[in-house]
Parts: sequence; structure tokens; C-alpha cells
Amino acid sequence: MTRTKTVALSALGLAGFLIIWELVPGLGLVPATILPPPSALPGAFVSEVKNGIWLSSLIRSMSHYLAGLTIGCVLGVGLGVLTGLWVPLEATLAWVVRILRPIPGLAWVPFAILWFGIDPKAAIFIISTGVFWISYFAALGAVRAVDRDLIELADAFGFRRADQKLFKVILPAATPGILVGVRTALGQAWMAVVAAEIFGVPGLGQRMMQASNLLASDVVVVYMATMAAAYGAIDSIFVAVQSWLLRWQR
Amino acid sequence: MIQLDNIGLTFTRDGEQTEVLRGLTLAIPAGRFVAVLGPSGVGKSTLLRVIAGLLAPNTGHVTLNTKQDSKTLPVAMVFQDARLLPWRKVWSNAAFGLEHGQFSAAERRAKAEAALALVGLAGFSERYPHELSGGQRQRVALARALAVEPDILLMDEPFAALDAITREGLQDELARIHTATAKTIVFVTHSIDEAVHLADEVVVLTGKPAKLTSTVDIDVARPRQRASVEIALLVARLRDELQGSSAATWVI
Repeated sequence: MTRTKTVALSALGLAGFLIIWELVPGLGLVPATILPPPSALPGAFVSEVKNGIWLSSLIRSMSHYLAGLTIGCVLGVGLGVLTGLWVPLEATLAWVVRILRPIPGLAWVPFAILWFGIDPKAAIFIISTGVFWISYFAALGAVRAVDRDLIELADAFGFRRADQKLFKVILPAATPGILVGVRTALGQAWMAVVAAEIFGVPGLGQRMMQASNLLASDVVVVYMATMAAAYGAIDSIFVAVQSWLLRWQR
Repeated sequence: MIQLDNIGLTFTRDGEQTEVLRGLTLAIPAGRFVAVLGPSGVGKSTLLRVIAGLLAPNTGHVTLNTKQDSKTLPVAMVFQDARLLPWRKVWSNAAFGLEHGQFSAAERRAKAEAALALVGLAGFSERYPHELSGGQRQRVALARALAVEPDILLMDEPFAALDAITREGLQDELARIHTATAKTIVFVTHSIDEAVHLADEVVVLTGKPAKLTSTVDIDVARPRQRASVEIALLVARLRDELQGSSAATWVI
């Protein structure tokens, strides 16, 4: 299939989806409060932007997201690299990891509220917990997978200290694997943002729940679309940064 | 100069001991090109790693006499696989051994470029390893070793993975570099032709555990002709030495 044809078919599919969506409430099959038609969304969007709530919710969610992501990634990658380098540490942590890892991120919500209250800190805690495990295992695996021959190369050229091997060879060689983990974490963290805010921390998720309670389903859809668009933008930026960092790969 | 005294090495893996080297004694004078010849798996690479200080022998000791200042490394190694760092450009790979804080960035770059020119890769500095052919990658590995200006160059079957034409080109290049720089070279190979074409002296390593079984001087003027009678006789003589020693197959 040619590229033009693929694009045309994709556009046709999207148009069909929107038309069916428009027709279902339009023909009275379901009430518009239960399924708002796409034509109702621009108006709802403009009013949310005009009263300032849309932008402030987005900024708040982004700040929770970025803080949680940064904390989770730094701790997860840091501990993962250390564990990957030093076998006794992996053995020491093995059972602790086995106990803590299977706990779903959202199961931390009670403790997040207990420790931090209904506060951005609680959201950041929940987000970083999920991110931590993903980046921890990615970094551990990536460091373990570094070609032993490259480490011998560092030895042969006089880089015999652990920190020299780490920065000259191990970290650069592990970067592709770590970035794959971080990209997974990016999606996981965004889901956690919404979940944490549904419990009341101000942001996109909280605003969406407020709208839902008022049966303003068009506003709910506006925030759903906002979440999708924001995640799409974040992921695109990450992929661009990733391919710049890994420009040495074929 | 390299002095090996009674080197013995035993690997222990899963409680099982394998004696790889026993009672190896060898003196290599400065500036000499020595080929270590032996079948695959005999312990040639292990011996090279002992000389490089990457493996500690269980018995005996290695003495390296080099006239090195503190700025450069006395010994540099070229491996069978080029072992380039794929995230570094060619020039940066060549500069790898210079990053001990003793040179400025500009000095490192200049030394790397000079080494690349020496191996015929001027103009390739800005490429990444994956953009090079196998032969070019091995040239970069050679440049990386030459850039640190070592007295001793250790080479572990560096051309074994290359096609015949590329291999002969690189052999001639190495012979030229040896004549120009007068470095001490220890060159591990399982190819008799390669050993005879390059070396001043061929040392034969055979057996389990490996021992030095013979030493053959190659008194042939350089540059050497591959098809000369002199060379053919030496190759034949070494083949006899080796066939007496084991049933291994030989690359001729």
C-alpha cells in the first residue's frame, strides 16, 4: 500500500468514527448527556479555557507528572545501576523487591493520603512509585547486558576504577535499554497522574470528576481528549530526545 | 622489553580447574615483532592478557621494561573484534586511551587524528563505527592503540575476522607501521602465513596446558614478498613443527 493510500484510509477511518459518534446521540439513540456528540466539544473546550480552569488543571497535572517522573526515574535508574554493578546488593535486595514489586501503584493510595494528605505530594508519591519499578528493572537489566568485552577494553586502556568503567563504558552502553524503560514509565506515570487526581488532588483528573458529578459529560470528554493530547505530546518529545541521544545507532 | 618468567595460569570455573599455561619463559627484546602461533583455544589470547596485566598469572611474573613517560600507556591492545564504542565517533574512539586527564581536548583530538592518518583513515573522523566496513573498524582499533604511543603493542588475532584481501592490506599496513615506529609487537595468530609474513620471530605454543614448543627466526628482508621461496620454506617448516604437536586443523 502506498503512503498516500494509508494516510487516506486512516483519515477515512477517523472521519467514520466521528460521524457515527455524532449520529448516535444526534438520532436520539442515546441522550446527549450520556454521550455528548463531538460537535458539542469545541464549545465546552472554549468555556473551560475562558474560565481559566483548563490551563491551571493542565499545569498542575504536568507539575505532578514531571516531579513524580523525575523522582521515580532518578531513584529507579540509580538503584538499578548500582544493583546491576554489584551482585551482593542484588542478592541483598532480592526478597525485599519480591515483596514490594507486585503491589500495584494504586494500592499505595491509602498510605499516600495517610502520609501526605490530599496534597500534590501524595500524587507525586503514587506516580514515582510506579515509575521507580519500571526504571529500576530496565536499568538493572541494561547494566547486566553490557558487553563484558567493552569492560575489558576499558581495563586494557587503563580505566580500572569502577567509576571510570561506569562513565566511560557501562552507562553509555546501557543508555538504550534504560531509555526503553523510561519510555514505558512515561505512559505508566501519566495513568497514575489521572488516578491520583481522581482521589482529589487538584489537576485534570479532579476537574474531570467534578464535571462528571455535575453530569457535564461534554466537559469530561474535553478533559479525556486533553489527557490524550498531552500524553501524545510528551511521548513525541521523548522520542525526539531519545533518537537524538541514540543518534549513533543505525 | 618483555620478560616472562615461568608463567603458569589455572582457571577455576564451577570448582573445576583447567590449567591453561605452564612454565612459560620468554624474553622479547625492544622493537621486535614476535608472532605467537598456535591452534585455536590453546591459550594464546590468555598469554596476551597476562602480558597486558588483564589476568594475573598463578605462578611466575611478567616484567615490562618501557621507556614511557607518565603521560602515555606503556602497553596497548588490539582485539580480534574491533571493540569500538558504538556511541563514539571514529576520532573519539581513537582518543579513548588518552582520557586520563593528561591531555587537553585539543591535544587528544590532534593525537587521534594523527593516529587515524597513520592507519589510512584520515577523513573518517566524524563517522560512527556502524558506518564503517569491518576492515575500517579494525583500522580504528589499531589507531586507538597507536594513539597512546605505547612501547608495546599487543595484538590478539586482529585480522582473523576479515576477508583475505582486506587482511593482506592490513598486514602490509602493520608491517609498514612497525618499520616506521619500531614498537615491540606481540601478535597472536593461528595463521602460519600471517606469522611468517609479519614477524621477526615466530613462537609456537601448543599442548594442554600450553607450553612454548619452538622458536623460529624469520630472517627475511622487508618488505616481504608473499610468494617467495624463502617464505614458502619457512611456512613449510612451521607446518611440520605444528603437525607434530597436535591434531588441530590449521589455517594455511
